[in-house]
Amino acid sequence: MHLTEGEKRVALEQTGNILESYSRERGNLIPILQQVQEKLGYVPLVAMEEVARHLGIPPVDVYSVATFYNQFRLIPPGKHQIKVCMGTACHMKGGNIILDCWKRRLGIDVNEVTPDREFSLERVACVGCCTMAPVTVIDEEVHGKVTPTRVDGLLFSFGVKIPKGQQKEGEAVEQQ
Amino acid sequence: MKTVTLTIDGRTVQAREGEKLLWAALENGIYIPNLCAIPGAKHPAAACRLCFVEIEGYPRPVTACTEPVVEGMVVSTRSPRVDRLVHTAFELLLSNHHLDCANCPRNRSCELQRIARERRFPLRVKRLRKLERNLQVDDSSPVVRYDPGKCVLCGRCVWVCREKGTGVLGFARRGFERKVTTFGDVPLGQSGCNGCGECVKVCPVGALTGRDSAAISI
Ligand code: SF4
Ligand code: SF4
Ligand code: FES
Ligand code: FES
Repeated sequence: MHLTEGEKRVALEQTGNILESYSRERGNLIPILQQVQEKLGYVPLVAMEEVARHLGIPPVDVYSVATFYNQFRLIPPGKHQIKVCMGTACHMKGGNIILDCWKRRLGIDVNEVTPDREFSLERVACVGCCTMAPVTVIDEEVHGKVTPTRVDGLLFSFGVKIPKGQQKEGEAVEQQ
Repeated sequence: MKTVTLTIDGRTVQAREGEKLLWAALENGIYIPNLCAIPGAKHPAAACRLCFVEIEGYPRPVTACTEPVVEGMVVSTRSPRVDRLVHTAFELLLSNHHLDCANCPRNRSCELQRIARERRFPLRVKRLRKLERNLQVDDSSPVVRYDPGKCVLCGRCVWVCREKGTGVLGFARRGFERKVTTFGDVPLGQSGCNGCGECVKVCPVGALTGRDSAAISI
């Protein structure tokens, strides 16, 4: 996943501003990452490098923490954010099948974004609509009783056409 | 330095005061299975759960890598409880290990093989389901070859890379996805690794190995 020069510049600027108010103690790592995430909506690698430099720790340590917690996303969110519920009820009703459908149709893995930046895919814990399981939330809108055909239907409503019988698996976008 | 006297498996041994039981046993030729312990590391991770022993007067088995020796301590490295714990930990490790000894660079010098031999465990998964990840071998470094499918997440390479190397190795993600990797998951060859090969020397299995062309003695 390549960021544009503009995105990188913004990320560095914002991270720089955030770092100004933090001392160089390792204990500040998580609060800093949370601030970056809040400001940018994600924590890019360029920001992690800055944070590592500020705290005097190897960049891989920042990466380690950022990839450990679900609250941090490493790539910018897509224009449409697709969140598949993996709570107990949704899991029991085949949530993982629905997740697989999204993965296959979008050609990306969880926590990735399509190359055109249209869609990003996430898995979330119970969103509180268990009677409608399995649930997918798209841009805050809850869709219940999702089936594989419904996945195609939803994509169609966003203007994505899936030719009949086409099951082609796309390449996953690599994080960068 | 003060020494203490203790008994391990009926043998009287001496050890430096405060030393961890695991090293005291190993130095005296008594083998206790272990993967994650690092001589010289201040805070043992005790992550592999293989070094369990029974100590007289203790309610349950303890990890030998975290237990300091105490004067008069009576230790047994084997008991039905210990054997069960160790066997389960061992099988869990094997359940997502890319087991392919015949083609593995560490065949015959592998710590997993040693544990299997010493404890008479079969080197295969019987009770559990095999859950292997399809992870690619990283061949990008001219010196080190990294096969994440063989990694047992002991953390020894991460430690030594900080102590003696460039500090490029670390853990990322969690649970089943956990992996030893570099910043941004870039291949070793582009990570800033200087090819010192220290990680190869400490890796207990065939995960980090020297490339054929390079001469790193293990
Ligand atoms: S790491 Fe050890 S157990 Fe695993 S395949 Fe290689 S020799 Fe066999
Ligand atoms: S690569 Fe080797 S030394 Fe590093 S954590 Fe994995 S098994 Fe341990
Ligand atoms: S488990 Fe999915 S909404 Fe509750
Ligand atoms: S060596 Fe003690 S838990 Fe790994």
